[in-house]
Amino acid sequence: MRQNGGVPATDSFGRICLQFLLTLGLFSSEKSNLAGVRHILLVLSGKGGVGKSTISTELALALRHAGKKVGILDVDLCGPSIPRMLKVQDKDVHQCDSGWVPVFVDQDKSISLMSIGFLLEKPDDAVVWRGPKKNALIKQFISDVAWGGLDFLIVDTPPGTSDEHISTVESLRPYQPLGAVLVTTPQAVSVGDVRRELTFCKKTGLRVIGIIENMSGFVCPHCSECTNIFSKGGGEELAKHAGVPFLGCVPLDPQLTQSLEEGRDFIQEFPKSSAFPALANIAQQILDGTSPQSS
Amino acid sequence: MKGVKHKILVLSGKGGVGKSTFSAQLAHGLAADDTKQVALLDIDICGPSIPKMMGLEGEQVHQSGSGWSPVYVEENLGVMSVGFLLSSPDDAVIWRGPKKNGLIKQFLRDVDWGEVDYLIVDTPPGTSDEHLSIMQYLGATHIDGAVIITTPQEVALQDVRKEINFCHKVKLPIIGVVENMSGFICPKCKNESEIFPPTTGGAETMCKNLNVSFLGKVPLDPQIGKSCDNGQSFLSEIPESPATSSYKNIIQRIQDYCGLHQSQEK
Repeated sequence: MRQNGGVPATDSFGRICLQFLLTLGLFSSEKSNLAGVRHILLVLSGKGGVGKSTISTELALALRHAGKKVGILDVDLCGPSIPRMLKVQDKDVHQCDSGWVPVFVDQDKSISLMSIGFLLEKPDDAVVWRGPKKNALIKQFISDVAWGGLDFLIVDTPPGTSDEHISTVESLRPYQPLGAVLVTTPQAVSVGDVRRELTFCKKTGLRVIGIIENMSGFVCPHCSECTNIFSKGGGEELAKHAGVPFLGCVPLDPQLTQSLEEGRDFIQEFPKSSAFPALANIAQQILDGTSPQSS
Repeated sequence: MKGVKHKILVLSGKGGVGKSTFSAQLAHGLAADDTKQVALLDIDICGPSIPKMMGLEGEQVHQSGSGWSPVYVEENLGVMSVGFLLSSPDDAVIWRGPKKNGLIKQFLRDVDWGEVDYLIVDTPPGTSDEHLSIMQYLGATHIDGAVIITTPQEVALQDVRKEINFCHKVKLPIIGVVENMSGFICPKCKNESEIFPPTTGGAETMCKNLNVSFLGKVPLDPQIGKSCDNGQSFLSEIPESPATSSYKNIIQRIQDYCGLHQSQEK
């Protein structure tokens, strides 16, 4: 399949996607695949590399530990990080009557995941698509994945305010998402981009659940000195300035990074980590926000 | 573009690895030689970081008979970014692909760069519209190559491998890969910690496996982020940092690559 600009897509990948799209065209589910999803939550940031996928994964794990059934939709088509973080990068997606079956990451089937990562023949295949093609796949991901009954669907996004974000918000609008969690790191360069993301939320009518300041301080494992490697406080200041809730600071914890690299359950393995109370607290605030009087 | 001698793209599959930070230091490093004219073009339309990093926040672009004027940091260092076209730091550029492509075309066609020794193009993460467009519009002219930035951990490398594949597909030469945020030295006890652990061997191993040049490692120094936030040149402000010598070595290797290319062409 040729792209604009004369750049060929990976042929086998192109065939898979064409097959995916054609097959989905044959399904006409009378009941929406999102009908069984109680709450939809987007994880956004204007800035790349602040930890959206990390936070999405950790939130899913924390909500699971609170007894919830969680789905994760990874709409980062160029850089799909989540399959590896949950150690399911080698799995395939299968079809059922109502669409595509998401990949379950655990035996209890309490966390399910859909990502373009599962559709790539080789993990190093680049998805070199312009906007319209990305938009088409995102629409399909949103309407044609058979999630079943979920307490939460977490939608992990790429950085920016472009095609993926516009398409995701437009396609999710009929399902009234709970809102968006915005992730930033403390320094001004990051906050500068996240301010624009806040404008995006305002313009598209997406409620901001709150801001998380990630990578907020590093405690040296040798001497316990805390260094603010990426500065401190920018996320909290931004929340105050913009009049949105501040959900908390998550410190830099190499144990967390290591867990994600190896696809392990950080929440289970490192409850004594400095990042754990922050993540648990954020998950609790989200749960509190979905109590009967708020929803 | 015909007045531009060398064009260098700064890429990464992954966000937040330090592309803009590196582009800014590369621009300052090359412009330290005041016989060279350096241009820095920021095509990250949704997240334009370069104006802030270069201390040019709030500057506006001026139009003249010969086109748009870049904003000058020094006499020999000019910058262009969508950031200069926005009136407020809260303004969001919520554009789909075609509109972003249109602006990139304008940046290349309508900016009066003049005679330039080095044009550095800072890109957003990914392999999408902006990357295809810059290749499409610059592809007809000669591009020296791409510098690819990564951090050591596998979650970054897996995106960077895709970017390397993209470069091969569009026949963009790869000058080499830089491993950023490579180790942190505690200012108190001086022990090293790996904040972003190279669980699969880091960039050096990846480069060996993919037969791509490894340009070097830059350690995590909190003063880098501070300099960027304050719009200062880290290389000038903190010359004694180990990160400064890492940057300088890498910049020298990039200059050598461009110089070699020039003599090969002749």
